[in-house]
Amino acid sequence: MGEIDMSNSVTTTAPAARDMSVERETKFYTRGVQVFYGEKQALFDVDLDIYENEVTALIGPSGCGKSTYLRTLNRMNDTIDICRVKGTIELDGTDIYSNAIDVVHLRARVGMVFQKPNPFPKSIYENIAYGPRIHGIATGKEEIDNIVEQSLVRASLWEEVKDRLDEPGTGLSGGQQQRLCIARAIAVQPEVILMDEPCSALDPIATARIEELIDELRDNFTIVIVTHSMQQAARVSQRTAFFHMGDLVEVGETGKIFTTPKDQRTQDYITGRFG
Amino acid sequence: MTDAVMNELHTDKNASEQAARDRASHASAAVKRGLKKRYAAESRFRAYGIGAIAIAMCFIVILFTTIISSGLPAFTETTITLNVELKEDVIDPAGTRDPATLVNANYRKIVFDTLLLEFPDVTSRTDRRALTAILSAGASFQVQKMVTGDPSLIGQTIEIDLPVSADFDLYHKGVINKSTDEADRRVDDKQMAWFDTLKERGTITSGFNTTFFTNADSREPELAGIWGATVGSLFTMLVTLLLSFPIGVSAAVYLEEFAPKNRLTQIIEVNINNLAAVPSIVFGLLGLAVFINFFGLPRSAPLVGGMVLALMTLPTIIIASRAALKAVPPSIREAALGLGASRMQVVTHHVLPLAMPGILTGTIIGMAQALGETAPLLMIGMVAFIVDIPGSITDPATVLPVQVYLWADSPERAFVARTSAAIMVLLSFLIFMNALAVVLRKKFERRW
Repeated sequence: MGEIDMSNSVTTTAPAARDMSVERETKFYTRGVQVFYGEKQALFDVDLDIYENEVTALIGPSGCGKSTYLRTLNRMNDTIDICRVKGTIELDGTDIYSNAIDVVHLRARVGMVFQKPNPFPKSIYENIAYGPRIHGIATGKEEIDNIVEQSLVRASLWEEVKDRLDEPGTGLSGGQQQRLCIARAIAVQPEVILMDEPCSALDPIATARIEELIDELRDNFTIVIVTHSMQQAARVSQRTAFFHMGDLVEVGETGKIFTTPKDQRTQDYITGRFG
Repeated sequence: MTDAVMNELHTDKNASEQAARDRASHASAAVKRGLKKRYAAESRFRAYGIGAIAIAMCFIVILFTTIISSGLPAFTETTITLNVELKEDVIDPAGTRDPATLVNANYRKIVFDTLLLEFPDVTSRTDRRALTAILSAGASFQVQKMVTGDPSLIGQTIEIDLPVSADFDLYHKGVINKSTDEADRRVDDKQMAWFDTLKERGTITSGFNTTFFTNADSREPELAGIWGATVGSLFTMLVTLLLSFPIGVSAAVYLEEFAPKNRLTQIIEVNINNLAAVPSIVFGLLGLAVFINFFGLPRSAPLVGGMVLALMTLPTIIIASRAALKAVPPSIREAALGLGASRMQVVTHHVLPLAMPGILTGTIIGMAQALGETAPLLMIGMVAFIVDIPGSITDPATVLPVQVYLWADSPERAFVARTSAAIMVLLSFLIFMNALAVVLRKKFERRW
């Protein structure tokens, strides 16, 4: 107990330090976010800011609401009939749940990578070209060829697949498929990329490659990643938010959260006492 | 701890270990006893399964052998080769070559005279009639067709293969034979003798029965064919497909991808499933009441038949399509939505193409069902006797299963083989369609 008291006293300075160092723009500003699945409330008043060109990791035990929160950011929860979202969620100062926002446009700005690699059962080329085509970002063949190559290069997959762009994306290995999905998300040139446990279905080597990739992508994109692996959160993120039972328990600089958490529950979780 | 306590603990430990061992050996003995029973149950179950399959296969073999053995004779026809003199004074005495004259000329007399020439000693009226009964009524039509098609033939003597009537066809095939009492058969001894003489002279030949595949129904079995019913079936299926496929797939897509899940959609869903179980004759009555009596659409037409069968096929297509749409993993929808595709784009670009093999399989099976359907078509008059081959979806027509029903109902013995032959044609269509469904499924089967 003594240790935790001590750590609490140390971390109290963390948000202040953070605030002073903030030069980055706030990308997502969320206040009082509540999500209901029918009668069941899955999120309770989550206040969280997500800063530009930074990796924010959402951690917590299963069923804590971290994925639910992530999916409010590009309104993927809309697809679930019984799901209701309350509270303020602003992207660059605009409420994304207002009528002024078109959900199709929102999802072009806020891309997503899912837990299980889910390439379309089409060629590698078509997988990447699909997004730019439907949004009319690129029209000519040359332009699309360019986007496909660039996206694959940025997802560090180009060297592996450049000779077989016509082969089905589903024929790649799990790790390659996930990088293909990241490339597909990048191709739409989003501002934010949401990643929902992108490495949970991958082996350690593929995981390491994706983590490297996330670190590189940070320069151009804002990334929010949900992860079950605390090591991963520690490795890739600058800020970490800890969710528990639908509450945002604690948020702060990743280093601070893992070394000196101020909440008992965070402490218990990161030391492996539950979860 | 004292030694005594230690000892006690020790013995305790030994005892409990012993007990555990006992339990284990006891358990394994029980398992062993049970094992025998379990294996016996399994081999019994396998035997039942093999028995069931053997019985099913047995019935299939019986079904096919009876149909094929009784249907095969219908695929050959018996013809008589005669040197027909196309006398100008009979066909066109005035020499005008007027088409009306050529059509109405007495070709019957020409072919009968030709046959009578073969037997100059047959003179009595009764005998002459008995002799000419060998020729089919279609023989004079065949000559008429030749002459009207090519009037320059008039005046020449040409060799023509003419159909014999159904009774002599059966006699030639051995179905009618001398073992039956003369009074009980349609071919008497005298006729048999004439026919045998003709056979000896080499004028009687059998060949592939093209008539069966080119003609529509007829009162004369040797002239009856299934082409009319086949065309009727094709028109009907065309109407059914054009109606039920788009409507069924749209309904399935809407219900599966767009409709909110509420009480109303639940009721609709239950009703669609119920509709699949409605007896088909009820759809026929509905078609009669609504399409024919209320909307005044033509009776006996493939248009109405197709509409009725479309009603019947819709639930099958909707249910199969919904299952196919459900089988598309949600991750594909999420991937497309996450890229910013609209719901419509998700459906048209991804979900529908991926579900299409399943939808097509369901559609083909539904169509195969519709192709074999008889009852509702009886209600809307497609059971009529129709000699013409339908030229459009509003012409009176019949369909293959109804043709089978009509022939099975005919008293002429020659229709027995034709009924089985029509069943063979119908079955081969059905087998082809089902095979197509299997091939489609195999070809586009995906593993996620």
